[in-house]
Amino acid sequence: MRYDSLMRRKDSPIKLALIYAFLIVFTLATLYPVSRVITISLRPGDRLLSTSLAIIPEGATLESYRKLLTDGRFLRWMFNSLVVSGTVTVTGVVLASMAGYIFSKYNFVGKKFGLIALLTTQMFPATMLLLPMYIMIAKLGLINSYLGLIIIYSATALPFCIWQMKGYYDTIPNSLHEAAIIDGCSHFQAFYKVILPLAAPALVITALFSFMSAWSEYIVAAQVLQDPEMFTLPLGLKQFQSNMATEWGLYAAGSVIVSVPVVILFIILSRWLVSGLTLGSVKE
Amino acid sequence: MAEVFLEKVNKIYDNKVHVIKDVTLDVKDREFLVLVGPSGCGKSTLLRMIAGLEDVTSGKIYIDGRVVNDLPPKDRDIAMVFQNYALYPHMTVYENMAFGLKVRKFPKDEIDRRVREAAQTLGLTEYLDHKPRQLSGGQRQRVALGRAIVRHPKVFLFDEPLSNLDAKLRVHMRTEISKLHHRLQTTMIYVTHDQVEAMTMGDRIAVLRDGIIQQHDTPLKLYNDPENLFVAGFIGSPSMNFIRGTAQENTIKFGEITLNIPGRVPRQDVIIGIRPEHFVIDPEKPHFAAHIEVVEPMGNEIFLYFTLAGEQVVARVPATHNVRVGDRVPFRIVVEQIKLFDPDTEKRIRF
Repeated sequence: MRYDSLMRRKDSPIKLALIYAFLIVFTLATLYPVSRVITISLRPGDRLLSTSLAIIPEGATLESYRKLLTDGRFLRWMFNSLVVSGTVTVTGVVLASMAGYIFSKYNFVGKKFGLIALLTTQMFPATMLLLPMYIMIAKLGLINSYLGLIIIYSATALPFCIWQMKGYYDTIPNSLHEAAIIDGCSHFQAFYKVILPLAAPALVITALFSFMSAWSEYIVAAQVLQDPEMFTLPLGLKQFQSNMATEWGLYAAGSVIVSVPVVILFIILSRWLVSGLTLGSVKE
Repeated sequence: MAEVFLEKVNKIYDNKVHVIKDVTLDVKDREFLVLVGPSGCGKSTLLRMIAGLEDVTSGKIYIDGRVVNDLPPKDRDIAMVFQNYALYPHMTVYENMAFGLKVRKFPKDEIDRRVREAAQTLGLTEYLDHKPRQLSGGQRQRVALGRAIVRHPKVFLFDEPLSNLDAKLRVHMRTEISKLHHRLQTTMIYVTHDQVEAMTMGDRIAVLRDGIIQQHDTPLKLYNDPENLFVAGFIGSPSMNFIRGTAQENTIKFGEITLNIPGRVPRQDVIIGIRPEHFVIDPEKPHFAAHIEVVEPMGNEIFLYFTLAGEQVVARVPATHNVRVGDRVPFRIVVEQIKLFDPDTEKRIRF
C-alpha cells in the first residue's frame, strides 16, 4: 500500500531519484553488517581473519553451524531463551490484553494515575533500573533462575503493551461490549467472546514486542544469570569471546541462528503489524 | 409481555450533572412508546437506565412488576437495538443472531429454528453466511433487529436505530419496525430525536427536555393539545408559528390584528401559537393580507413564508393555490385552533 502511494505520486524524476537513492543507501547500510555476519559464519576455520569482501567466501562451509547445533551448550541456551521469551510473551499478552481493556473501557479511582505511572516507568533507561531490579530479585532469592528474569522482562515490557492494547480497545465502540452484555454475557464473557477476537492485531503486536524484548536482551540477563547452564542465547554467544581467542565462526553462526526465530515470527506476523500500528490512529 | 414503570427516576453524574430529573413514566403492556427530545435531553440515558447499562441514582424502575434497579442487563429480559448496530464484526449474520441464545445455553435446534424464523421475517435468509461488513446499512440494521427478536424478550429498547440510514431507507425501516411491533405484540420503547418518527410510530410519545418529561400522551393529543411552548414547537413540521401579543378578556392582539377568541383570558402578555395549516387563504373574510417572501412547493401542498407582526411565519396551503413570491395574499386564521402560552412560564393558557 505504501509502495502504491509512492508510485502514484506525481513527483519530479529528480525527487523520485533522490528518494530512491536515500532508501537504497540506508538499505545497504542496514544489510551490510548482516551480510558480513553471514559471510563470517560460512568461512572455514583458517580464514577467519580474511579481508576478502566476497559474500560467499572461498571454500564456504557450514562447519560452524554443524558445530553449534551439535554442541549441547548452544542447544541448552536456545532452550533457555525459548522458555524465558515464551513465558514473557504469554504473560505479556494475557496481562496486557486484560489490563488494557480495563484502562480503556472502565472508570475507576486511580485510572488516570495508573496510566501515567505506567508511562513514567518507560522513561527511565533500562540501565538505571538495573540495580534496583537486581536488589529486588536478589531479595526474592530469584538470582540465577528463569523466574527472576521473566519477572524483570515482563515488568519492563508490560507498560508499553498495556498502552498498546488500551489504544486499540479505544477504537472498538463501547456498544459492542454493551450489546454482548444485553445478549446475556458477563463482563468477562463479553470481553473474551466479542472484544478479544477483534483485538487480534493488537495482540499480535503485543506478542511480538514481548517476545523480541526478551529474546535479544543482554544486560539484565548478564546480571541475573550466573550459571552458564542457565544462560540465554545472547549471554551464551558472548561465551565464544574468550580472553585468549574469539571463535568468530561460531559467534557469527550463533548470531544468525539467534535472529532466525525473530525474522520468521516477524514475517508471519508483519501483515497484522503494519495494519495494527495504523489502526490505533483512526477511529472507524 | 410486560409493562415498564419508572418512578421518580433520577440520574446524576459525578454528583454534579443532573441529567434525568424525577422522571415518572408508565409504559403499558404491548405499547409502542417513543421517547423524543432534542439531543442532550437525556432520552438515551433514560433508555440505558432501563436497559441496565447505566446506574439509577434514585427512584425505581419496574419491569413486569419487579424492581430491576440492581439487576444486571442480562436478567432484565430486555433486548436493545443500538444506533450503530453494534453487530459482532467477526461473526456471520447467523452467529450474530444466535449469540444471545448460545450464551443463554439454548438447545441447538431451538436456536436454529428461532434464527431461521427471524431471518425469514426480516428477509435475511440468503445473507445468513455473510459477515456484517458485506451488508448494506439497512441489512445491518435488520440483523440488529433479528438479534433482538430471536430472544423473545419482554421489552424491546431502540436507541435511535434509524439515524444512521439515508432518508428513504429510514422511512422504509420505520414501517418495518411498526409492522414488527404489530406482529410481535411486545412492549417497545423507542428513542429518537426525529419528531416525525415519533409521530408516525408511537402509540404514545413522551417528550423529554433537559431531563424532564414535558408531556406524555398520544401523538394526536401532543399535536393538538400541547401542554407548553416547547412541546408545541417541537411536535409538527413545519413547526408551530409563535407571535408575541397581548390578551384581554375574549380578544387577543398582535401587530395590527385583533381577534376574538371563543373564551376568556385575564389581561396579560401572551405568546400566540398558530399551526401553519391554520392560516387559510380566504379572499372573502380575511384577517390580514401578507406579502409572500418564499414559496416552497411540496407537491401536494405549498409552504408560504411571510412576516406577521414582526415574526417570520409559515403557512401550509393546498397546492391548488397558485401563489408567487411577492403576491399579496389574504389569510384567515382558524381562531378556534389558536394556542396561547405564558411568555414567562411557557405554560399553556387555556381558554
